[in-house]
Amino acid sequence: MLPKTERFKQGARETLADPVIQESMEAVYNGFHTNRQSAGQATEGWDAQRDRGRAIKEHTIANLDYYLEMLTDKVDANGGNVFFAEDTAAATEYILDLARARDVKTVIKSKSMVSEEMSLAHEMEAVGIEAVETDLGEYIIQLAGEAPYHIIAPAIHKSQDQVAEMFAETTGTDPGQTPEELTTTARGMLRETFQRADMSVTGVNFAVAESGSIVLVTNEGNGRMCTSIPRVHVAVMGMEKIVPSMQDLGMMLRILIRSATGQRISSYVTMVNGPRRDEEEDGPEEFHLVIVDNGRMRLLADPNLREALYCLRCGACLNACPVYRKVGGHSYGWVYPGPIGAVVSPVLSGLKQAKDLPFASSLCGACREACPVRIDIPNMLLHLRHQVVEGPREVRSVGRVERLVWKAWRFGNMKPGRFRTGGKIANLLGRPFARGGTFRRVPPPLSGWTRSRDLPLPASTPFRDRFKKRRSRGRG
Amino acid sequence: MTCLVDQFRPEVGESVVNVLERLGVEVDFPEGQTCCGQPAFNSGFQSEAREVARHFLDVFDATEGPIIVPSGSCGAMVRKFYSEMFEGEAAERERARCVGERIYEFTEFLVDVLGADDLYTDLGPHMEDTATYHQCCHLERELGVDHQPAELLGRVKGLEMLPMYRSEVCCGFGGTFAVKFADVSTAMLDEKLDNAAATGASTIVAGDTGCIMHMAGGLRRRGSDQQVRHIAEILDEATGPGDQANGAPA
Ligand code: SF4
Repeated sequence: MLPKTERFKQGARETLADPVIQESMEAVYNGFHTNRQSAGQATEGWDAQRDRGRAIKEHTIANLDYYLEMLTDKVDANGGNVFFAEDTAAATEYILDLARARDVKTVIKSKSMVSEEMSLAHEMEAVGIEAVETDLGEYIIQLAGEAPYHIIAPAIHKSQDQVAEMFAETTGTDPGQTPEELTTTARGMLRETFQRADMSVTGVNFAVAESGSIVLVTNEGNGRMCTSIPRVHVAVMGMEKIVPSMQDLGMMLRILIRSATGQRISSYVTMVNGPRRDEEEDGPEEFHLVIVDNGRMRLLADPNLREALYCLRCGACLNACPVYRKVGGHSYGWVYPGPIGAVVSPVLSGLKQAKDLPFASSLCGACREACPVRIDIPNMLLHLRHQVVEGPREVRSVGRVERLVWKAWRFGNMKPGRFRTGGKIANLLGRPFARGGTFRRVPPPLSGWTRSRDLPLPASTPFRDRFKKRRSRGRG
Repeated sequence: MTCLVDQFRPEVGESVVNVLERLGVEVDFPEGQTCCGQPAFNSGFQSEAREVARHFLDVFDATEGPIIVPSGSCGAMVRKFYSEMFEGEAAERERARCVGERIYEFTEFLVDVLGADDLYTDLGPHMEDTATYHQCCHLERELGVDHQPAELLGRVKGLEMLPMYRSEVCCGFGGTFAVKFADVSTAMLDEKLDNAAATGASTIVAGDTGCIMHMAGGLRRRGSDQQVRHIAEILDEATGPGDQANGAPA
């Protein structure tokens, strides 16, 4: 997907002005967020489980080479093929070549964020292969020609009416359909596609190194259909999606599912161990696992950012984030929205273009608190901010005015006398313009503040002077 | 004392001193102090922040005893981020660690160090008001000061604490965020102020001057009667002689 990360501010403004989206974003908090909180509270030893989950990820990422090799060997032994793709272009090429070689006409897809990085459905359509999303949310945004709005609920921003209208346009159904009827309509359309499909592309929630299995977590059962009906199954994963053992998998599933939706277990957990064996009835003839780097090595190489690879893509940080809930998913301009998107998108798709993202946070820490593996997102945002200001030339991008402001700030703060005088001057200069001790409007660079808030005038007698007076009175 | 308190809300500083002195603590204000460096650090200007932080360490390394700040943000900066900023400078790091260990946020000091009981048996805090508490982000989630303010406020006689919906959600301040992303910050502030208004409380209490300035500015623009006060001001008023309506010494 081509990044449009430079559009953040514009996107945010548009979203803030859209009452339908603002309304649906409330559901993100009232639904997912509060459900996750109750699920955590209801789970005995929840915090210890999160610590365990984090420890598993720390260990795996620290030994990523080792586990990738183990996974590759096991998948091979199970009769599957592994392809390691350095970037999305390589991954796409591999899959398209495979589809052509197997004479594939129709591909069904289950939810996969990595395939969004690749714009895989588009690429397939472009070469004349029908590609259909089978996750209901993905299906809706595919019809709308949009990017996912949320990691686990891609069409969360669409109202029921909007969906009904879209279905009516494509299939001629009644635009007044209820959510249940809409689901039935979509099911009907999809079932027919399932039967025709010759290839499936799925995501991977976890890949178990010791057994070479891949695991899909869904609520709709479409993952299971995708992995059993078509004759070729391609699973696409980011290289961080690995866990060492089945035991680790159990732990990770627990915390993923509770954090994503607040459920104890999602309706369908599907495990695939390669292509169908002779004695089995169901399953594909061929199984391919495409492991994608696409910039993840850069995360791995930077100790300040490595934690980003612990991410389970559960979406809890999005639901907790007060900024995401206001600006919505598309403002982030690439595949991953919200707090984790503000870290991952700049690194994977280019920091210079995405330079606003790390700054678009009040650093309130709600994301870290919500994250099942306690990823310190605010800290990574600070690191990226530092890169934008003082990093290598190719990523640096800060205006001259801002540099001057901070230079002046530093000067004023190095000596208490300067600091005090600065306040005095601001007080004297500001006094004629202030009403009742506050400003209603100030010039740039602070003008953003006074758009909606009064700004106080610095005190005429700062605390330091009052304290001195007190002491001279008290002790003198 | 924090730079925002010094320059914008000196009353808060006076309240802090009043309360501490009433509890028998001897208070000093090292004159050399300015800012802790957080604004620049959070904006990515680490070189500038580092110089100012060095100045902070110079000033406070020369003092003894606990250092009390009426702010979660500044406390977090010194306790948590200094060591990061001075990575690779072992001596400064060590200085940062020593100073960091002495830093307490105001309510944290009252409850965890002094023990809040003293405050209640000796001073018998009392004031007639209705209030609601906003959980400032850095206090809550960077420093983990999550129960102390509520404990202190809950035991003030006559002060009715009303629960706020989503009290833990950020008010949208975030330092330069409020200026750079004014639209988003405003939407967050609006949600906060709506929730605060819905409580019907006459006062919003908070623990960080940044958030207080932010909410106060928004309230003023709305023409609301609600006021925002620092928890130190509340405790000062509640423990002070009855005729000091605003807690400031006459
Ligand atoms: S960063 Fe944490 S909370 Fe956010 S999606 Fe990843 S695992 Fe979930």
